[in-house]
Amino acid sequence: MFLIECPWCGPRSQTEFHCHGEAHIARPKYPDAVSDAEWADYVFNRSNTKGVIYERWVHNHGCRRWFNVARDTVSDRILAVYRVGGKRPEVTP
Amino acid sequence: MVEKKKTGKAAPKPKKAKAGPAAKPETAAAAPPVAPAAKPTAAAPGVAAASPLDGRPGTGIDTAVMVEHPHAGKINLRGDPADQAFLDAVRDAAGAAPPTDANTVATAGRNEILWLGPDEWLVVTPEGEQGAMETALGAALAGQHVSVVDTTDARTTIRMHGAHARDVLVKGCPLDLHPRAFGPGQCAQTIIAKADVLIHQRDDAPTYDIYVLCSFARYLWDWLVDAAREFS
Repeated sequence: MFLIECPWCGPRSQTEFHCHGEAHIARPKYPDAVSDAEWADYVFNRSNTKGVIYERWVHNHGCRRWFNVARDTVSDRILAVYRVGGKRPEVTP
Repeated sequence: MVEKKKTGKAAPKPKKAKAGPAAKPETAAAAPPVAPAAKPTAAAPGVAAASPLDGRPGTGIDTAVMVEHPHAGKINLRGDPADQAFLDAVRDAAGAAPPTDANTVATAGRNEILWLGPDEWLVVTPEGEQGAMETALGAALAGQHVSVVDTTDARTTIRMHGAHARDVLVKGCPLDLHPRAFGPGQCAQTIIAKADVLIHQRDDAPTYDIYVLCSFARYLWDWLVDAAREFS
């Protein structure tokens, strides 16, 4: 069983969680003012990193809270878990 | 409406006249089986409360007994636990402050407050007392940025106890239910056989209260009965 550390509930089974993609992507403050290319970049383009990626996860079958995860896409190891709005931690894979 | 029918001209005769005598045995055969008598709740006199598990056979196993507690009051409460005024108001209304330790339960008399999230709890009351509790919480928390919602009818409660209760649950639950990790006074939202549940361990028997959405109740009950068969 693959365990994920919920910031509130502690280690729980992966099956209780859901990943919602890359974190720290800011919505343009004035969507009307950005070009189509910039909007498309915000909506569709992701870094697709080989190595450390910062993601949004939700404990949807548990406490239903959102949090951020730093994960190594090569080893699938979760290197850090931190709260939404927190600073992204420096981690080494 | 009744008045109008009486005075109206040429009111159509009831349809049974058309169907003829052949209809009679048919309707008798189609009559639904007699439902088990449901007792009216104190909250709504005269209205029969029904549970999806009414009349469902249990495990028949002494070491994994299942009983339904269908109509316990369940109030969803949200607020800021860092705000002392919130904690005090809930203590005044429910008898205990909402627990701030994750996955724990506070008990006050026959009321229980189960931790659901860092700003969310489930206040469980005896059957029929949810209305009074909702009113009391609403009055005590007036003016605060909170949410108090009666969700009594959304879920039912399956109480399972006996020496093999834990063995049955772990067959479908990814939560670590070993006594070193999960004991009396703890609760957790998790999954049993893919159904979302809230589990509360009451004592060392062990006795578990399993809160499940009414729409999943028959499925989960039958799954648990089947899971318990190997311990008969």
